[in-house]
Amino acid sequence: MQLPKEKLLEMYQKMFKIRIFEESLAEGVTAGTLPGFVHLGVGQEAVMVGVASALRATDWISGTHREHGLMIARDADMNRMRAEIYGKVTGYCKGKGGSMHLAVFDKCAPGCNGILGPNQTINNGIALALKKKGEGNIAVVMFGDGASHRGDFHEALNLASCWKLPSLAICVNNEYGISGCVDEVCSVEDISARSIGYGIPGLTVDGNDVMAVYEAVTETAKSIREGKGPVLLELKTTRYRGHFEGDPQAYRTPEELEGLKKRDAIVRFGKELVEQGIATEKELEELRDQAQIALQEAIDFEEKSEYPPMEEIFTDLYYEEGRAI
Amino acid sequence: MREITFLEAIREALRQEMELDENVFLLGEDIGAFGGCFGVTAGLFEQFGAERVMDTPISESGIMGAALGAALMGLRPIPELMFIDFTPVCMDYLTNQAPKVRYMCGGQVEKLPLVIRTTSGGWIRAAGQHSQSLEGWFTQVPGLKVVMPGTPGDAKGLLTAAMRDNNPVLFIEHKVLYGISGPVPEEEVVIPLGKADIKREGSDITLITYGFMLQKTLAAAEELAGEGINAEVIDLRTLSPLDHDAIAASVHKTHKAVVIQEACESAGLAGLVIKSLMESSFDYLDAPIKTVAAYDTVIPFSPPLEDAMLPNEERILKAVKEIMG
Repeated sequence: MQLPKEKLLEMYQKMFKIRIFEESLAEGVTAGTLPGFVHLGVGQEAVMVGVASALRATDWISGTHREHGLMIARDADMNRMRAEIYGKVTGYCKGKGGSMHLAVFDKCAPGCNGILGPNQTINNGIALALKKKGEGNIAVVMFGDGASHRGDFHEALNLASCWKLPSLAICVNNEYGISGCVDEVCSVEDISARSIGYGIPGLTVDGNDVMAVYEAVTETAKSIREGKGPVLLELKTTRYRGHFEGDPQAYRTPEELEGLKKRDAIVRFGKELVEQGIATEKELEELRDQAQIALQEAIDFEEKSEYPPMEEIFTDLYYEEGRAI
Repeated sequence: MREITFLEAIREALRQEMELDENVFLLGEDIGAFGGCFGVTAGLFEQFGAERVMDTPISESGIMGAALGAALMGLRPIPELMFIDFTPVCMDYLTNQAPKVRYMCGGQVEKLPLVIRTTSGGWIRAAGQHSQSLEGWFTQVPGLKVVMPGTPGDAKGLLTAAMRDNNPVLFIEHKVLYGISGPVPEEEVVIPLGKADIKREGSDITLITYGFMLQKTLAAAEELAGEGINAEVIDLRTLSPLDHDAIAASVHKTHKAVVIQEACESAGLAGLVIKSLMESSFDYLDAPIKTVAAYDTVIPFSPPLEDAMLPNEERILKAVKEIMG
């Protein structure tokens, strides 16, 4: 592995942080303490960390309702993330967005979108602005296999291609919509094949191999920065949990679910790090322990935080002053 | 004062704002060298170039998404949507996305300067999919301002105000108004959003309207004057936020009201205006409020049918006379 040890260990720790952060949310749903719909990306950690680690901090990136982990990979504050997901005023969105709409603008992450599709066209506008600024930054958008069936996917990629925008479209193919499996609802074997229709490059990579994701994003981002136009990158990964917490996944067999764990991205990356002599098992254990401490801090922070005051019902709806020229 | 058409007033407002601020740019279908389907943007492509007057594919969602993304990044996009009848194909952006971004991210995005220009209205012999008055839908979306001028002077002043507002604004231009001339200042002019205007002072009855129906209402008011009925005509101008104080003040003076809209009876602004008056002015009313509107049916192509279906001067006069006894 070409990267410095420090960066590799940081990636490993982020993947583990995402896993335990998400699992703690599942516990919150089961306990009845966490309100609303929660969609977890457990099993997809290599996608989020591989992508985020390959980008500049000044590149923009947005995701869907399953991408809390992306914010962790983007170095967002887990305390404020957890507070947001629990509807507390100390959250990134003052508790007004919640799990499905978590946004961290100071990390160039305009966030998750509760509707599947629009973040792909919105990303074109972000890419257009970045192109006008001319600092070589790119706009990355992540969406699921399900959202690749929407018209927005078509409109977004066609326009991005026509305008040669610095945009990277990443389809996170975890094989399922809610219950609809790609076998039944997808017209192609590899969603990246749809890139042909837009005259742009498309490639499919194992999304559970964090280094493969990292390398693919590094390479495509380089070509996009050089002004060669957008790319469609498909990352094939695994969703362990249901579409939302509480979904019993009756549409999957126990054997299928068990089989997924053999592809576990965190176990795999940890094993590679040890086998290649980059880290010892003890070092990895320390990283995991630190992550547990950070999670506990986030839980304590959220529990001590208040719900927003009633005035917040009305704030942030409009910018109050017009602009003077 | 110099007189120009409504269409020229819109174009002049766009040109002056683009000259002042290079962040202002236009995007839409056929708005470039072609000059727009109605000719509004003619000459702007030649003056500002393809980077600021951007032709797009037929992709209404793609246009709205790109505009929203660019606004998030601090640019000041003005997308053109050829007909308001096309809003259903990009409704997500006008309801779930642009109006909600600021609120749902807790104000992390401070300003969202986005003016969506579109056209509405009948009498162009284009039948049910290019002639509707759908403005009422959008007044149901907090976070979106809705503006609909009725004169060339207001068109320029309100559009300039909309472009300097830092919130998403839906700016609706009636197609029949494009050819109507009136006094318009040559210099920049700003008419504040959210303020109705008394277009004709009167003491006997209040006629509340907006858009092209203002012209028909003013004509009816002149005819009423000949019959000794002195009608006050209130032009709402901004439909959201609605100027509740202005309509209440007039009705407190006249004690009678008719609401005139081009939208069909079950839609539009009349319901909202009447609700407002019920809350503010019930004790002042001498008669039930009447509505003049299009009939609840599809706008027919055949010219005599369209003319009979849409509201007209005769129906305004009839409603007023029924109230006046």
